[in-house]
Amino acid sequence: MTAARTLFEKIWQAHLVAQPAGRSPILYIDLHLVHEVTSPQAFDGLRAAGRKVRQPARTVATVDHNIPTEPRGTPITDLIAAKQIAALQANCKEFGVRLFDMDSAEQGIVHVIGPELGLTQPGMTIVCGDSHTSTHGAFGALAFGIGTSEVEHVLATQCLAQQKPKTMKIDVRGQLPDGVTAKDLALGIIGQIGTDGATGHVIEYAGGAVRALSMEARMTLCNMSIEAGARAGMVAPDETTISYVKGKRFAPRDAEWDKAVAEWRSLPTDSDARFDKVVEIDAAQLCPFVTWGTNPGMVAPVTGRVPEVKGLQENDRRAAELALQYMGLEPGRRIEDIGIDRVFIGSCTNSRIEDLRAAAKVAKGHRVSGNVRAMVVPGSQTVKRAAEQEGLHKIFQEAGFEWRESGCSMCLGMNPDILQPGERCASTSNRNFEGRQGRGGRTHLVSPMMAAAAAIAGHFTDIRNWKFQ
Amino acid sequence: MARGRGAPSTAGETPALLRLMKPFTVHRGRVAPLDRVNVDTDQIIPKQFLKRIEKTGFGQFVFYDWRFGADGQKNPDFVLHEPRYEGASILVAGKNFGCGSSREHAVWALADFGFRAVISSSFADIFANNSTKNGFLTVPLKEEEVATLIRRAQEIDDYALTIDLEKCEVRDDQGFYAKFAIDEFVRHCLLNGLDDIGLTLQHEKEIFAYETKHPSPAALR
Repeated sequence: MTAARTLFEKIWQAHLVAQPAGRSPILYIDLHLVHEVTSPQAFDGLRAAGRKVRQPARTVATVDHNIPTEPRGTPITDLIAAKQIAALQANCKEFGVRLFDMDSAEQGIVHVIGPELGLTQPGMTIVCGDSHTSTHGAFGALAFGIGTSEVEHVLATQCLAQQKPKTMKIDVRGQLPDGVTAKDLALGIIGQIGTDGATGHVIEYAGGAVRALSMEARMTLCNMSIEAGARAGMVAPDETTISYVKGKRFAPRDAEWDKAVAEWRSLPTDSDARFDKVVEIDAAQLCPFVTWGTNPGMVAPVTGRVPEVKGLQENDRRAAELALQYMGLEPGRRIEDIGIDRVFIGSCTNSRIEDLRAAAKVAKGHRVSGNVRAMVVPGSQTVKRAAEQEGLHKIFQEAGFEWRESGCSMCLGMNPDILQPGERCASTSNRNFEGRQGRGGRTHLVSPMMAAAAAIAGHFTDIRNWKFQ
Repeated sequence: MARGRGAPSTAGETPALLRLMKPFTVHRGRVAPLDRVNVDTDQIIPKQFLKRIEKTGFGQFVFYDWRFGADGQKNPDFVLHEPRYEGASILVAGKNFGCGSSREHAVWALADFGFRAVISSSFADIFANNSTKNGFLTVPLKEEEVATLIRRAQEIDDYALTIDLEKCEVRDDQGFYAKFAIDEFVRHCLLNGLDDIGLTLQHEKEIFAYETKHPSPAALR
C-alpha cells in the first residue's frame, strides 16, 4: 500500500528525473513560459555555451512587462524597452520558440494567456522567470517563479535541480460573504500569516470556500501566494477545473482528453495525507480589505482604521512607522476617509473577464470622481475582445475610465503607466512596495469591485453598501 | 547573425564544470548594516533598470530610490553612503530579505556593487536560489545574532566579519561566533564554483528516458 500523498507530492514524484546522491533532486518541467524582462541574459548564456533550447515545444513566450498600453501600432518611445522586446523577438526566432508578440491576437500577461490558451493544465510542472507564476497553481499544477539563471537552466535542460519544499494547507472553511472576493481572501490570509508566513512551503488551498471559487478566482488566490513568501500555491483540480480547460486551444482532445481527465482526477490530496503546517481560516470572518502600508501583509478591513503601531515588536514597529511615513498616513485614520488620485484595474492578479465584469457592474451608471484618473487594463487581447463583445468597455468609458491595451502596465510601472510622486492609487495588483507603481507613489491593494467603487467615490468605500445602478 | 552563435563550447573534457562561477570559500570584509525588515527586490533594484539586456553594470543602481533623491542627487544619509561603510562587502539586514519579485537583477546589482554575501534571519526563497547561481552567499543567522551584528556594524569602526563557508561559520575580531546551516549540495557548488546546468546535463540519459516516456503534447509541437 502506498503512503497517503498530497497533491504536491504526487506532482513532485511524477516529475523526478533523477535523485543523485548528495545533490538536489532533478525535476522535469512540462511548461516554460518566457517574457522579455527575465530572459535576454538566459538566451545569451545559451549562446555563449553553444547550447540550444532543449524543448522548444514546451517553451512559450510573450511580451507583457514593459509594453505600452496605448493603442497597438503606437511607436515605443522608450528605446531601452524597445530593445528588450526586439531581443525577445530575435531570441525566439533563433531558438525556435513560439512567441505571442505585440501584434498577436492572443498577446497578454503571461499568467493570463497560459490558462486561457489551455497551456496550463492540472498535474503539470510550470515555471516562468516571474514570481507570480504561482497563479497557474489554481489548476492543480506545481507552478513557481524562477530567476534568470534558472530560466537558462530550463531552456538548456528542460529540468531544474530543486530542493524539496515543505507543504502547508490553508483550509478556508465556510462561505465568503457577499462583496468579499478571492482578492480579499488572499489579503486576509497574508494579513494573518505575514509576508514570510509561507516561506519554504508550497500552499494547498482547500476547504468549502475554495471549492466554491471559479477558476479565475482561484487564479487570483494562487497568484498572491508569493506575497506570503510561498514557493507556490495550489488548488486541487475538480469539475470546475476540468470544464474550464476543456476545448481550450492547447488542451488535449479526443482520446488524449479522456486519458488526461482520468489522470487529473487522481491528483487531489489523499484524505489522510499530512502537511508540514496547517492554517485554518473562517471565511465568514472575512471582509473587503485595503492595504495601508508598503507590503501586502499590512491590511485593514475597509470599515477599520490605520492601525496603531505602538504595541508592535520593535522591528515590526519601525517597519510600520516607515511605511506610514512613506504612505503619508497616521494611525487611527479611518480607511474610508483616505482619498485617492488614481485607480488601476489590471495585472496578473485581477485583469480577467470576471474581474472586469465585477468592476463594470460597480461602475455602471456612475461617474469617476472629478479628481481621480482611473484606468482599466485587460490582462490579454482575448480578455479585451470578450469584454468589448459584452459592452464592458462602453460602461467603463461612459463612467470616465480609460480603456487600454493588454499588458502588466501599472502593476510594476515598467512601461509609461506610472504614478507621480505622492499620488495615491487604489490598485487591483499584487504589491504595494515603495515605488512599485512609480517613485513616491502610494499603492493600496484592493479587489476590482473595491477599486471601481473607490474611483467613483474618490475615496475607499465599503462595496457591501454600494448602490448598484 | 547573433553574437557567439556556434562559438566553441568551453566544456572541453570536463562538461560538468562548464562556466565556473566565482567560488565562495572564506571571505573577510567590511560590514554594512541595513536595519530594515522585508527588504524587497523592488527596493534592491527598481524596475526602471530591468530593461537592460546585459548581466553587468547593475551595481550603480542598487537601492536606487534610497540612495538617490528624485533629482538624482546622492542621499548622504543613506547608510551605504556613509564613508565608514565604503567598500563594504557584507550586508547585514532584517528578516525576509529579498522578498517579492523573482528578478535576479537584485543579486547582480548587489554583487556588482561589491557585496559577496548578505546576512539575515530569513530570506525569500527565489532570492536565495538566485544568489547561489551567482557565487553570492545568503547567510541565515538567528534574529538575535543578526541584531548583534547590526549593532556592532553601527558602533565599531571598520567592523569586519569573516564568513567561512568551509566551516559554515561567521566570526568577528570581538568574539562573535555563529554557525549557519546551508544545503549541502548548494554549499558544494558554491565552494567549487560549479555550474549546475553542467551538473544536470550529466543526467542526459535519465532526461532522455523521461522524455521518451513523456513526449511533449502533440498540440504544442
